[in-house]
Amino acid sequence: MTDESMRFDRIPATSTDREDPETPTRAEVLDFFADNYGIEPAVFEEHTIWERGSGKLWVFRGRPSTPVAVQGLGMTLLRTRQEHWKPTTDAIQRFGHHAEKNVIRLEAEAAAAFVAGEDQAAEWWDGEWGYLIVAHEIAGDREPIGVGLYLRGELRSQIPKGRRRDLR
Amino acid sequence: MDVLDRYRPIVDDFEAFVAACERPLPSVVRVNTIKTTVDRARRALDAADIAVDPVAWSEQLFRLPSAQPGANWPYFHGWLHGQEEVSALPATILDPQPGERVWDSCAAPGSKTTQLAAMMDDAGVVVATDSNLGRLSALRTNTERLGVTNTAVTCEDARNHSLAPFDGAAYDRALVDVPCSCEGTIRKNPDALDDWDIDHVRGVAGVQKGVLRRAVQATKPGGTIVYSTCTFAPEENEAILDHVLAAESCEMVPFSCPLDGRPGVTEWDGDSFNPSVELARRIYPHHNDTGGFFAAKLEVTG
Repeated sequence: MTDESMRFDRIPATSTDREDPETPTRAEVLDFFADNYGIEPAVFEEHTIWERGSGKLWVFRGRPSTPVAVQGLGMTLLRTRQEHWKPTTDAIQRFGHHAEKNVIRLEAEAAAAFVAGEDQAAEWWDGEWGYLIVAHEIAGDREPIGVGLYLRGELRSQIPKGRRRDLR
Repeated sequence: MDVLDRYRPIVDDFEAFVAACERPLPSVVRVNTIKTTVDRARRALDAADIAVDPVAWSEQLFRLPSAQPGANWPYFHGWLHGQEEVSALPATILDPQPGERVWDSCAAPGSKTTQLAAMMDDAGVVVATDSNLGRLSALRTNTERLGVTNTAVTCEDARNHSLAPFDGAAYDRALVDVPCSCEGTIRKNPDALDDWDIDHVRGVAGVQKGVLRRAVQATKPGGTIVYSTCTFAPEENEAILDHVLAAESCEMVPFSCPLDGRPGVTEWDGDSFNPSVELARRIYPHHNDTGGFFAAKLEVTG
């Protein structure tokens, strides 16, 4: 365990508060969720956002003073410092029910294949390409499953290996 | 089961006790109210044709008489967490409130941590400590899957727990669910007694004393501590309370136990303990058809 992996830094509020231009800001993160998925910034009002290592953001309910030297602080939220930012499966399961766009709904069999980690054809999707929220219907309502990468008619499962299950 | 013979003097209907210890336990799941409601989880289980039986004292617990938790949609969504019925007791007794600061001193693999977070509506702070990185990784997997955002994880010896990461703030409540000889898990782990050894019991008792003492020191006056184990051994239960009551500023307090329990014992193997340890509760497998457990509630006084 290196010192760096034990250190969480609260990300700056806006670009005027940062020294390194690559550092993601809270404003950018909230814009990302609002622009891509229609998740309103108010959803994260009680939460602070932290970076551990390079680019991996965590979301924590609370306002401790920065930095915090611990092994974990809330849950993982978003991978940044790369061209296309990517929300984590678990963050989408936790916050994705607030989404209003770029949510692709799968029928039962397709949803199970997605959770098993399988890529599938999805030419019928007429929305944007990129990281979509994948959802299905369960117990009377829509429920987010995770993140899928939609490219050229194909929906690629981004469920991490350790979270995959065969539910068929 | 020979190990259990030593409890003949303190357990009523000893034959029924041993018979219960030999019966396997059904799987139990807890509904994670951070991500769903009890009603919706029950409907999802119904839709998956998974039979559930209620647990009388908690609407958030379901017994699964014929299924294992894990391979179904509601589990994948983090709506359910596999947790033995008695294991849901200590957080229930601790009764943390939204907005409080709570320490889970021996937290991995996180069943009780995530239960505390859910009871607090994922608001306030839970600091979850464990000394073992591998077990902490299991805890992190659980907090992620269950969508817990109010919990910080520290890897350290709980006996030397540091308040430094959060500017020295003391706790409102602490859960001290210590490593133990695990006799009470015999119905779930049939080999739990195979390596039983009185020297191990004495050794782990030293750790238990140290963790409970640290919890008293790190909790505000008027704050609440729950001490719990899954063993019947008085050396790891009442003897620990007796030691810490003498060494730190705290006192035993009564609590209403949702399961049928017996009072803590005040005499064992030639030793006698502070009479107030009677306020603790011993949960025996033959009284509630559960695993075995021990729980005590303390208040910090100084």
